[in-house]
Amino acid sequence: MSANFIALAYLIAAVFFILSLKGLSSPLTARRGNLLGMLGMGIAVFTTLTITENWPLILGCIAVGAIIGSIVAQRIQMTAMPELIAFMHSLVGLAAVFIAIAAVNNPTSFGLSEILPTGSKLELFLGTFIGAMTWSGSVIAFLKLSGRMSGAPIIFSGQHMVNLLLAIIMIGFGLWFFFSETTNWTAFSAMTAIAFLLGFLIIIPIGGADMPVVISMLNSYSGWAAAGIGFSLGNPMLIIAGSLVGSSGAILSYIMCKAMNRPFLSVILGGFGSDGGSQSTDDGIQKSYRSGSADDAAFLMGNADSVIIIPGYGLAVARAQHAVKELAQALHKKGINVRFAIHPVAGRMPGHMNVLLAEAEIPYEMVQEMDEINSDFPNTDVVLVLGANDVVNPAANVPGSPIYGMPILEAHKARTVMVVKRSMAVGYAGLDNDLFYMDKTMMVFGDAKKVVENMVKAL
Amino acid sequence: MIGEIDPTIINLTVFVLAVFVGYHVVWNVTPALHTPLMSVTNAISSIILVGAMLAAGSTEADWGVWLGAAAVILASINVFGGFLVTQRMLEMFKKKDKKGQA
Repeated sequence: MSANFIALAYLIAAVFFILSLKGLSSPLTARRGNLLGMLGMGIAVFTTLTITENWPLILGCIAVGAIIGSIVAQRIQMTAMPELIAFMHSLVGLAAVFIAIAAVNNPTSFGLSEILPTGSKLELFLGTFIGAMTWSGSVIAFLKLSGRMSGAPIIFSGQHMVNLLLAIIMIGFGLWFFFSETTNWTAFSAMTAIAFLLGFLIIIPIGGADMPVVISMLNSYSGWAAAGIGFSLGNPMLIIAGSLVGSSGAILSYIMCKAMNRPFLSVILGGFGSDGGSQSTDDGIQKSYRSGSADDAAFLMGNADSVIIIPGYGLAVARAQHAVKELAQALHKKGINVRFAIHPVAGRMPGHMNVLLAEAEIPYEMVQEMDEINSDFPNTDVVLVLGANDVVNPAANVPGSPIYGMPILEAHKARTVMVVKRSMAVGYAGLDNDLFYMDKTMMVFGDAKKVVENMVKAL
Repeated sequence: MIGEIDPTIINLTVFVLAVFVGYHVVWNVTPALHTPLMSVTNAISSIILVGAMLAAGSTEADWGVWLGAAAVILASINVFGGFLVTQRMLEMFKKKDKKGQA
């Protein structure tokens, strides 16, 4: 095939990727969008096959990947989606590093000149270092999200200095690599190793509830890594696809930071509240709260006209989405207006709660975003908070509070508030939640799934 | 005459324009679909599969080919896993829509 024909085929694939993302603007067109994405990928792979050798090897490897990928996609629990996404980011990162190493080893197989020009070296450096950081950062994110590693931030003194120093050393090796006449493997390997290390070090100080930002950021990195490889290979399709993903991840990071009212840098530098020392969570005064059983809660909800359910990470942990659906149905049958209010950072990744509620087949129009529903809380009889904490903490309205300015779901304005929680423990921000001590609040302790199931029985 | 344009500049042009397209397209994505957005972008970033295939398909058989082959496996796990899991998620949203219309 002629080079022009191949370039045109790649252009068509790139257009399909753009249409694929465009499809996601509405659930009605989203499936078609995803199919267009698959089509684009198919065209890209088929076109590339026509210009490569070793077909049996390539097709065999694709088959292996296809089997593994399909099995994982079929079996994965919806509650485990954040881990899966982190795992997949790590694969993109590692693949980018492998490709870059192969390109340094044998530039001609990628259509580059035998002795790498400095420009290509710069691009390979960028692709390798972003890829390596994506891999190791995603591995840490995966371990934290799947509970194989504690979600608590790991902080040591001089952390930022160590990272900065490593980054400078890495750039130093990079420069050595650029200006060496022949292929300088020492510099390239040292640079790659430091990039891997940096990925680990950057993610370990970031705690559990900041994961929506981290996972979006790694999403962005994986795109930039692909774009970097696209520059090295002079392939505009890789550049376009990579930039789409890169900007998508960057926008998601921005939305998540805004929903927590935290500057992006402070999330990345890690350790919520760590700079203020230990938060004075205990004022020395034992505040009293009211607790009740699932039956009491069910009775109150049964007599209400309107109920808003606020799901949080606790819902995902307890896998309570199906029980919640039954609760919503039972209330709906009684003619009660039931709705769900979703905070942008609820859960461990953007849109986490929406997917769980969708899995339980909770009708679309019952699920509302924070901006849509916040003005309705004062006219709502009962708010049921399921495993959420910081996103309903009225301390966000108090100047001087560490979370001051964070947009919250205004549950405290409802007539009655019920909070399902495992204990009185503080949320991720390490803050006491005044909502729990209000006169109109009733705490229901226990596992979210069991409590909700008991509520359904009682109704 | 001002001479030929360096290919890197052309690539940079493509890059900058693509970032703008990405920016505008992604802002229109509804927040309810942010998780499928992440999984589909993940599948799309596996387009580096193309680079991996070039490495694995090199005529000069040496260890670079095997590194390429490993990258092909990694990237295709992502291609299939990413698109299929997105499809699975979007099926769930579709069911809801049907109910909503009924």
